[in-house]
Amino acid sequence: MNLMEYKYKDMIHRCFRCGYCKFPTDWSDVTNCPPYARFRLESYSAGGRLWLIRAWLNGELEWSPNLANIVYSCVGCKNCVEKCPHSFNDDVVNMIIAAKTAMVDEGKIPKAVGEFLTNVQLHGNPYGMAAKRREDWMEGLNLEPYKNQEYLFYVGCEGSYDTRAQGAARATAKLLQKAGVSFGVLGSQEISDGNEVEMMGEDALLEDLAKKNIKMFTDLGVKKIITLSPHSYNVFKNRYPDFGGEFQVYHHSQILANLLKKGLIKAPEQADARITFHDPCFLGRWNEEYSAPRKVLAAIPGATFAEMARNKKGALCCGGGAGNFYTDFLGGSEDSPARIRAREADETKANILAVACPNCLTMLEDAVKTEGLEDKIKVRDISEILTA
Amino acid sequence: MSSIQQELVNIVGEDYASDRREELFTYSKDLGTSQPLWPEYVVAPKTTDELQAVVRLANETKTPIVPLGGGLTLAGLALPQKGGIIIDLKRMDKILEVNEQGRYIVVEAGISHGKITSYLKKNHPNLMHSEPGAPPAATVGGNLAIHGQGDLAHPYGFNTDMVNGLEVVLPTGDIARFGSCAVGSGWYTMHPLPDIGLFLGWNGATGIITKVSLKLYPCKKFRENNMFVVENEEFVPDVLFEISHLGMAEDLIATSSEIPPMMNRLHYISIINTGDSEEELEFKRHMTFDVQLAKYIRSGVGGIVSLYDERTRPQVSKSADWKKGGGFEYVGAIVPVSFYPECYRRGSEISGRHFIPYTVLGRVIGSCHSMMFSWSYAFNRADDATVKHARDALHETDELVMEINGTIWKPAIFGQKLMLERMDQGALRLMKEVKKILDPNGIMNPGNWEVD
Ligand SMILES: Cc1cc2nc3c(=O)[nH]c(=O)nc-3n(C[C@H](O)[C@H](O)[C@H](O)COP(=O)(O)OP(=O)(O)OC[C@H]3O[C@@H](n4cnc5c(N)ncnc54)[C@H](O)[C@@H]3O)c2cc1C
Ligand code: SF4
Ligand code: SF4
Repeated sequence: MNLMEYKYKDMIHRCFRCGYCKFPTDWSDVTNCPPYARFRLESYSAGGRLWLIRAWLNGELEWSPNLANIVYSCVGCKNCVEKCPHSFNDDVVNMIIAAKTAMVDEGKIPKAVGEFLTNVQLHGNPYGMAAKRREDWMEGLNLEPYKNQEYLFYVGCEGSYDTRAQGAARATAKLLQKAGVSFGVLGSQEISDGNEVEMMGEDALLEDLAKKNIKMFTDLGVKKIITLSPHSYNVFKNRYPDFGGEFQVYHHSQILANLLKKGLIKAPEQADARITFHDPCFLGRWNEEYSAPRKVLAAIPGATFAEMARNKKGALCCGGGAGNFYTDFLGGSEDSPARIRAREADETKANILAVACPNCLTMLEDAVKTEGLEDKIKVRDISEILTA
Repeated sequence: MSSIQQELVNIVGEDYASDRREELFTYSKDLGTSQPLWPEYVVAPKTTDELQAVVRLANETKTPIVPLGGGLTLAGLALPQKGGIIIDLKRMDKILEVNEQGRYIVVEAGISHGKITSYLKKNHPNLMHSEPGAPPAATVGGNLAIHGQGDLAHPYGFNTDMVNGLEVVLPTGDIARFGSCAVGSGWYTMHPLPDIGLFLGWNGATGIITKVSLKLYPCKKFRENNMFVVENEEFVPDVLFEISHLGMAEDLIATSSEIPPMMNRLHYISIINTGDSEEELEFKRHMTFDVQLAKYIRSGVGGIVSLYDERTRPQVSKSADWKKGGGFEYVGAIVPVSFYPECYRRGSEISGRHFIPYTVLGRVIGSCHSMMFSWSYAFNRADDATVKHARDALHETDELVMEINGTIWKPAIFGQKLMLERMDQGALRLMKEVKKILDPNGIMNPGNWEVD
């Protein structure tokens, strides 16, 4: 790949490297691009990354493992899209994803990224675990396989395999059952949704997964989907139509907010709860859904709510996007975004850090532990708070 | 790994010291037209102790060091003219103290202006500092090192006139404090101690500013941009003079540009009026337009364009993307306000010769004591010919500033040479001596303000 073949060849030089994109909406600090927050060298800022990509495609710089790490440290959180004042801002993150695609095409990707993609290709999930184990989370729940129910509950890889995220999957399923929602699951038939794969630049694998999923959903007669993960929500809603898959897609926060409103479920009283909420990027900045999870939390009798200083459009990503929950380019430091976020949650004096994404759940729970805050603050998916 | 790199890693940890090509590439360029200049190392200290250790290492090994804040001057002032270590100071970004009644804030110098503004807005909404029109990632230290000016320039002058105290790491690695903080009694004034103006405006060639006490000013609840327009550039100095007589405007800027067409050949004067109440604002509007500028309005040579526009953070960097090119650079000059007409006319001629739509701007500093006049030249980063045009236009403009007896503000190396050629011999000798005493090994941002 050279610059002339690159999709954004007429755009990438337009980044001025002015750094507006380092800030959150309230301008409170230069640390809202997670890799820049973590490393604080200009090469890790959005602008630095774009200039490096251009230099590589131009032949000014050779590819190197460090270059690949810098490019892959972008977690696709879209803060840069939000803050760049230029007319091309919508494409800032796309320019980075396209560079990842160029690296994939040339087979020049970091090892961990290669493992992730291979696992998804071979096993339908990034962990390389057996399809059968996808049903582990369902144990004892008495769930029906999808067969013409109103909704498909698509759990996704983290909710299925990650022991911590399984808790959120189970809580959501229980709430849906309790409310009498007609839904079924795919169990071991489920495969990766492809969102991370696309964020990692593997377009062909996204297409493959999307087509497989669309065929499966269509054959089963699926019309409406509830997702546990905002990542699945994003790709089903925004990318599957490009491959012919038109479904009505809902994130579990939207469904739960609606069930609460209709009185079909009731939030348990939690008089001692002081809750703060971490916006997931793929629900928030990618899909502008800020209110549904807050409505869920507002419905909890007795609980108080406190926003973190950086919230909604200005939220700091947990650092887990674009496969980073697995590849972990941003880990290992007190400046890892998840740890910064854990401290920010603590600053609100909340005793519950609510999330609405299985990635955020695992990233932030680890961070809270590493920060030694686990006695002060519990990380909970909104569904878990409703089943407390 | 070289021994210097190893030492740097020992000082700041391996995440924050790099001799990898990707980091060196990134710091070899800035946003303007300068040719790339490569450092050998990049380091990002978090504390003054770490910074001191880096400076000591550089001094011992006679390795050049270049302090870097936002890297936003456009003029290549934080590019390593002679290689060495770039010290990215943006991790030194703490707010150390706000004294509300004393109206000052003490910060680490790598803090961004955006962060200070945001912090004050949230925690001390009745106080503000003078934020430059630069992107908000610009740092306090970098801005002081080039005598920047911000949105309180009209009432209070250069940002360097608003310094209440300084801490500096000297080129030898020693630390020195100036102002009341030097006698341990807080950071509330630079005076009345003997004047040691050795660091402001030096592009970091005499030391690295690490802590700053900045004066804060009353922040009114409401602020609006009242815009006045004249066609004849000759009127601009008097309009500015009349408005500054009132002493009420927070910021006072005249601007003209070829694009958009509604600004072409017209001169827009942005008058930032502020108030704690509608009555206060109404009074200021009344004094500005019905009294001070009435003669222009009555004679039909000037008019009000807009009132009540809420002031938002200026996003000047948008002009970088003229014709989707991603770049611009400007020459700034400090000149008397009366120079506006000639600066505008000659500048638009230079732009015309280089096929760049002209953009000029004059910001009043103090009560019309001077003005920062800028000529911006956009270029297309992907088209070398346009970069060359911009570079040539910048050089011509530097020469123009000299010809009209102006002073170039934050001159690039080319402009610095022009200024040094004309500088008073006594001052030159002193600069040379000062530099020799402070920086015996010539390691601090060498090439900048260098007297032969
Ligand atoms: C779109 C745009 C608009 C601008 N508008 C304005 C404006 O309105 N007003 C204005 O003043 N400027 C303006 N600028 C110019 C410039 O961006 C700012 O002055 C900015 O504040 C410089 O700070 P920085 O942190 O980016 O400095 P840098 O570019 O990082 O550094 C500037 C110089 O100071 C040295 N230095 C950096 N930090 C230190 C330190 N701590 N101690 C000692 N030396 C140091 C560097 O080596 C360099 O020589 C503008 C720039 C742009 C791109
Ligand atoms: S992405 Fe936009 S805001 Fe960020 S550095 Fe580039 S031009 Fe500036
Ligand atoms: S998407 Fe997020 S991580 Fe990637 S460059 Fe933009 S702000 Fe940084």
